[in-house]
Amino acid sequence: MNPKIKIKTSDISVFYKDFQALHGINMDIQEHKVTALIGPSGCGKSTFLRSINRLNELIAGTVIRGQIYIDASPVYCKEMDVVALRKQVGMVFQKPSVFPMSIYENVAYGPRIHGIKNREQLDEIVENSLKAANLWGEVGERLNAPAAGLSGGQQQRLVIARVLAVEPQVILMDEPASALDPISTARLEELIGELKKNYTIVIVTHNMQQAARISDYTGFFLNGELVEFSATNELFVNPRDQRTEDYITGRFG
Amino acid sequence: MNNRTQEITVGTMDAAKLLAIRSFTRKNSTLGFNRDKLVETILMLNAAIFILAIAAISLFILIRGLPLIFKVGITDFLLQLEWNPTAGSFGIGTMLAGTLAVTLTALLWAVPMGLATSIFMVELAPPRIGTLMGSLVELLAGIPSVVYGFFGLIVIIPFIRNYLGGSGLSVLAGAIVLGVMILPTIINISRDAIAAVPLDYKVGSLALGASHYQSIRRVILPAARSGIITAIILGMGRAIGETMAVVMVTGNSTIIPHSILSPTRTMTSNIVLEMGYASGDHQAALFATGVVLFIFIVILNLVVNLTLKAGKNYGAN
Amino acid sequence: MVPTKDKEKILTAIFWLLALIIVGILFSLIAYIAVRGLPGLSMDFILQAPSRAGKEGGISTTILGTLYLTAVALFLAVPLGVAAAIYLEEYARPDSKFAWLVNLTAETLAGIPSIIFGLFGFVFFVIFLGLGWSIISGALTLAFMVLPTITRTAQEAILSVPREYRENSLALGAGKWQTVCRVVIPPALPGIITGIILSIGRAVGETAAIILTAGSSLNMPLSLSDSTRTMSVHLYLLAMEGVSMERAFSTAFLIIILIIIINYLANLSLKRLAVNN
Repeated sequence: MNPKIKIKTSDISVFYKDFQALHGINMDIQEHKVTALIGPSGCGKSTFLRSINRLNELIAGTVIRGQIYIDASPVYCKEMDVVALRKQVGMVFQKPSVFPMSIYENVAYGPRIHGIKNREQLDEIVENSLKAANLWGEVGERLNAPAAGLSGGQQQRLVIARVLAVEPQVILMDEPASALDPISTARLEELIGELKKNYTIVIVTHNMQQAARISDYTGFFLNGELVEFSATNELFVNPRDQRTEDYITGRFG
Repeated sequence: MNNRTQEITVGTMDAAKLLAIRSFTRKNSTLGFNRDKLVETILMLNAAIFILAIAAISLFILIRGLPLIFKVGITDFLLQLEWNPTAGSFGIGTMLAGTLAVTLTALLWAVPMGLATSIFMVELAPPRIGTLMGSLVELLAGIPSVVYGFFGLIVIIPFIRNYLGGSGLSVLAGAIVLGVMILPTIINISRDAIAAVPLDYKVGSLALGASHYQSIRRVILPAARSGIITAIILGMGRAIGETMAVVMVTGNSTIIPHSILSPTRTMTSNIVLEMGYASGDHQAALFATGVVLFIFIVILNLVVNLTLKAGKNYGAN
Repeated sequence: MVPTKDKEKILTAIFWLLALIIVGILFSLIAYIAVRGLPGLSMDFILQAPSRAGKEGGISTTILGTLYLTAVALFLAVPLGVAAAIYLEEYARPDSKFAWLVNLTAETLAGIPSIIFGLFGFVFFVIFLGLGWSIISGALTLAFMVLPTITRTAQEAILSVPREYRENSLALGAGKWQTVCRVVIPPALPGIITGIILSIGRAVGETAAIILTAGSSLNMPLSLSDSTRTMSVHLYLLAMEGVSMERAFSTAFLIIILIIIINYLANLSLKRLAVNN
């Protein structure tokens, strides 16, 4: 079987004013796989993640060099509309941040923005997205309740449902479980395993056990460089670089 | 950015899908991107209203007032004690003195009182009492100046007349009413400044064995100093610019006040009293009074905004 | 020598006393005006037009004048002020010189005394634009006066909306303006409304600027070009010209009631803002 490369980054460097956060990262991310990015805090893994959907640009003074291709389209070019890009590349953040609206309106937010007005169509999208996020059973009966009333774990799955409703091809996750309790984390990991059938997932995590459990490929970042990138089993069992070994055996970070 | 497309390894991607993504991207970029730019430009023009307002106010007041000041001469206009506009003498010396007298007397009691109240609200009062005081101070700030003036006219003036002598219309009456009116400004800003002092400072001081009051005096107040100075300056600005309450209680005679019981006229009173019937040079002289007032206020505000508040934010004021 | 502990007790007592004096001032002012103003307050007083310069009749035309002036001023100032706040908080870059200047001029505008606004309104709207002493001149002047309040409160409300809402919305592919309209403004709305309510309070109480720009006619205000008199101006003229102290008290009492209601509503919507974010 011929694996397909979904995202290819070519020599990506990111500067915040005078500080260089990323040094020429090259990475091939495969379709329908989970790719984990690990490393100590401040190592550039989140910066890398945010350069894929061009969210770094929100910070004034950011300069990005290099190129990222999703399928074959270059992400950094004049013709690329960031709105269209972000529709294809969904993102889940560290803190589950539901909008102060009902559960239904949270999920319908994306489709509405992208011009879907038909109520039946919206109902269907909301139901399918909540089902795909393993949340339908818990909230299907109270879609009009305020989303803020859900538990942390439910909120994070609601955020994922909200991302799924836009029908992305790639989902970026920035430490999605760091604010969750162990049981919610287990449910989230289970969900990630199911989602990879249909989506390409890139996840930043500070939890190495989590990376080992859920990912197919793992990249280790240190001081803005990609030290090592290989299949998860290989990286954890048989690291090629001394620094990787130091990190995964807990010698620093 | 470089588009090194030849490098890419395209997996199962077919040309049709690639084209679809590309055309979709283009279509949206003309719809979405430009609209956001347009909105931004419109909002920016709205924000420019503040610059325009200040420019227009300065321009029109100066155009109407400056020629007369130059005609009379700056020093004569500011320091001459004779104000007899129908006879052609335009000196606002007495009003400068009046404004100064009323403002300083008001600050004399309102600053310590306001500062004490803000210390009370942040440091001493139980939280519920502090919050309650906060809403009462808001109410105090909301009561219109004409109501304060009216209260002064009906209550404070007879009181001064009966117990201290004179007609009651006086610097003192103005200072009492003005002091109450600037209390909210002083309290709100210095309270925010005191509340903004990091808890560590206080804890550190208490840990050294200092009492609560020693900590307030030696650690908290010094740390909140620039906020407290801001409060005093803005309170002063408010007092200098206040019109209706002062005009109702100070008697408005154009003399240099020789005691706090003598009547006086402030610059603001001068404008509102005579604007209704003034014309020609007389009207220009009232605008000239406004110019002096305006310059005072702008200087006070710039001092606060460019030096004291630089980099700091004392919340709503 | 007094021991430190006793000294501190005395100090505490003094602080409580000073705070009580301020509360006392507020309550005695309200109580005094209520006691003297209540007897003259009736439906007739509110609904009847004044006659003989306010010596007789009610104050209906001044209530209408106040409403008219306030409504027109807010109609002009609210969209401008809120748009400016959105620009400053959502669009302007932190190092923008333009935004710095807007913030500085807004702060300066907030500190300008009403008599200066009055002079400006008089020379610009009344004379230069030839609008005369009229509701439109008064409302335009008032609009300038309340702009900083509206913008400042709206800025703070917008700032209190969590940054994550914006990131999440943008990451879902929403445009900037869509994000502002759908996830920033709705939770900030109570704060924006607080600013509007506070502006109403300012408009109700304003006197000096109104006398110089809207005049003091007691006739029923009909068109925008009519001169009018607000309740506060009416109170000033009743008291200063000794027309009728009884009616002055009732007018003052009515103004105070309005201000208390306005303050209550402003607090209520501030609490809503806190709940939202």
